[in-house]
Amino acid sequence: MSGPERKRLHPHKFTLWLGIGSIVMMFAGLTSAVIVKRNQADWQNIPMPQIFWYSTVVILASSLTIQMSIRAFKERNMRSYRSLITLTAVLGLVFIFMQFNGFEAIWAQNVRFTNSVGGSFLYIIFGLHALHVLGGIIFLIVLFAKAYSTRSRNYSAVPVEIASVYWHFVDLLWLYLFVFFLYIQ
Amino acid sequence: MSNEVILEGGQAVSAHHGEVHEHHEHHDTFITKYVFSQDHKMISKQFLITGMFWGIVGGLFSVIFRLQLGYPDTHFPFLETLLGHWAPDGKLNPEFYYALVTMHGTVLVFFVLTAGLSGTFANFLIPLQVGARDMASPFMNMLSYWFFFLASVVMFASLFVQTGPASGGWTTYPPLSALGGASDGSKAGMDLWLIAMALFVVSQLLAGLNYISTVLNMRTKGLSMTKLPLTVWALFFTAVLGVLSFPVLLSGFILLLFDRHMGTSFYLSNITLASGQVLPNEGGSAILYQHLFWFLGHPEVYIILLPAMGMASEILSINSRKPIFGYMAMVGSLFAICILAFLVWAHHMFVTGLNPFLGSFFVLLTLLIAIPSAIKVFNWLTTLWRGNIRFTPAMMFAIGFVSLFISGGLTGIFLGNSALDLHLHDTMFVVAHFHIVMGVASFFGMFAGIYHWYPKMYGRYLNNTLGYIHFWVTMIGAYCIFWPMHYEGLAGMPRRYPDVSNWHSFNMFGGLNEFISAVALVVFSVQLLFIFNFFYSIFKGRKVRTQNPWHATTLEWTTPIRPGHGNWPGEIPEVHRWAYDYSKDGRDFIPQTEPLGDHESGH
Repeated sequence: MSGPERKRLHPHKFTLWLGIGSIVMMFAGLTSAVIVKRNQADWQNIPMPQIFWYSTVVILASSLTIQMSIRAFKERNMRSYRSLITLTAVLGLVFIFMQFNGFEAIWAQNVRFTNSVGGSFLYIIFGLHALHVLGGIIFLIVLFAKAYSTRSRNYSAVPVEIASVYWHFVDLLWLYLFVFFLYIQ
Repeated sequence: MSNEVILEGGQAVSAHHGEVHEHHEHHDTFITKYVFSQDHKMISKQFLITGMFWGIVGGLFSVIFRLQLGYPDTHFPFLETLLGHWAPDGKLNPEFYYALVTMHGTVLVFFVLTAGLSGTFANFLIPLQVGARDMASPFMNMLSYWFFFLASVVMFASLFVQTGPASGGWTTYPPLSALGGASDGSKAGMDLWLIAMALFVVSQLLAGLNYISTVLNMRTKGLSMTKLPLTVWALFFTAVLGVLSFPVLLSGFILLLFDRHMGTSFYLSNITLASGQVLPNEGGSAILYQHLFWFLGHPEVYIILLPAMGMASEILSINSRKPIFGYMAMVGSLFAICILAFLVWAHHMFVTGLNPFLGSFFVLLTLLIAIPSAIKVFNWLTTLWRGNIRFTPAMMFAIGFVSLFISGGLTGIFLGNSALDLHLHDTMFVVAHFHIVMGVASFFGMFAGIYHWYPKMYGRYLNNTLGYIHFWVTMIGAYCIFWPMHYEGLAGMPRRYPDVSNWHSFNMFGGLNEFISAVALVVFSVQLLFIFNFFYSIFKGRKVRTQNPWHATTLEWTTPIRPGHGNWPGEIPEVHRWAYDYSKDGRDFIPQTEPLGDHESGH
């Protein structure tokens, strides 16, 4: 247990970064497919409902709360830690709900799977992103349950840090996807 | 240290202040030891045995469709007994022929040579050879096997649905795969295929993340990356390829599922069915799927091949009693192959209307792969050169691998040229090429690995005589099966056709086809002999009595003969030198754990 080994990234954190790499590849595949499609003749623009701007604010706010929860955890301020991760998870759920509202708004303008390739891409790509947010929420719920467990007291900040890196990642991923779809119009 | 962190919770070892506490008696039940095991060694055996099951299934499929190809006019009553309405009067239904070809490809490429090969050996060798007690995340590792198991169950179930398994070729190109009305195999079988493959991708991602993270983070003290055995390097690059390419395949599959069930038009446009019905889909492009598919599909070739290369390198060096020739060149060429693997996917699409100007770039990049491949071949041959060769069955298979890689690789130069590809595309020449270079060669690497590391896996040896029979029949048989196919392909004989006897020009190949089919049957039965050898030797094989039966330098041979979970009972050994100190300073071999002498310099 020499010095340099201690500085090494925790293997679980490292695995997370690799996992992020592979999620990036998946969305890179999908968005490059959109670019290919965009250049074909019958592309129709997709209406971008206002609510996506609000959901962007919500998910940005949740990045802030999860960052604060790490600080609370490190200060062993467990009450504030628990309420902050709960708040983060709730914001995540609100985000997913707002995305769904956005889909409804687009759907209402007669953008269907059957008549708009661009719209289908939007539903699938934003939908897959929402699934990844849901994965993050489940992770937070597990952390929450662990924080209440009396059986073991955990002082390692690694799981919380992993959750926050992932959460910031889905946040950034959303920004990328949103800007991408705004720009491609 | 990270190793200790991973196995916390009563598992194996915790080191504090240099003092070692051991808990040998952790209470494993049958379930935690053999079923939901988190021990990388057990998981690797699970991958291997599941892979062997699929190997038999996939091989049997090829025997059945070879009967059709070799004897197109003959009726085999036992086929009707076996397959029921798929072979009325003992003659294969063309629809089912397509299903067999499709499943043969899917099963062997993904379930045997991806999961069965890198699943087995990355799990087994990475922790043992880098000096780790287990993977970075043993739990994820267990999940990866069980996702693979689920994928296997779904894929196996698809064989038994009323309309048959997927039958659009292992690449499942739309529109055939996207339209349930297009063929029987595009109905329920295709959905099950997609579900199974999605589960399979999840399994491979979980596995790959773990392999990379273990190699980079969990190496024992003193083991720098440049001291790693080439097996670990190869398995590491394999995992990198998988982690970057499988997600793209998954996105392709998701779009395909939506095209099938939600009425989207990602891949479909302007289609009129044979029944005269005009489909409403517009604006899609089938080529888009091919791009997404081959962006995985080409790296997949190397996902299959690299582990075999790594194991062959290691086994050739050990059994020549010589250091591997050009270690850094070997690592560099693996790296070059990895990069190029992502830049050549469109060479599968030369005849799709790809811009010929763009095509010429892909020709160039494809042919560039010849350089790292040639470096590797040169280094293998120079490793053998003037070696003190021990012809163990593992060594035979490793040499066989080199032979097959050369002969299969050379025909790749033909196919990589877009001009020649116009003629050779979708002929038996392609079948011959990729079976030799990717299929059989990788199988040889896998067999070499099994024969070589079996003593470490089970504490017993495989039977040598059966091993030699297995080698010679498979080696000669593989050439007898695939060499003639080159001639058929050059003459223009198409692949994927159940019966070519309507073309007079191909009638001259009638006898040749019979010959190929007969040999295929023999080679298949020899594989059953190997399966027998494998299971028989688990229980009755000759016992391993020494810790290091092959006199190898690497760390796995410093563990007990039957290592427990955690691999080393005491502290993990420290590494002082590279893995290839054979016949050095008058000594046969020097283990990696031995400190450098006064007059030695490290690598």
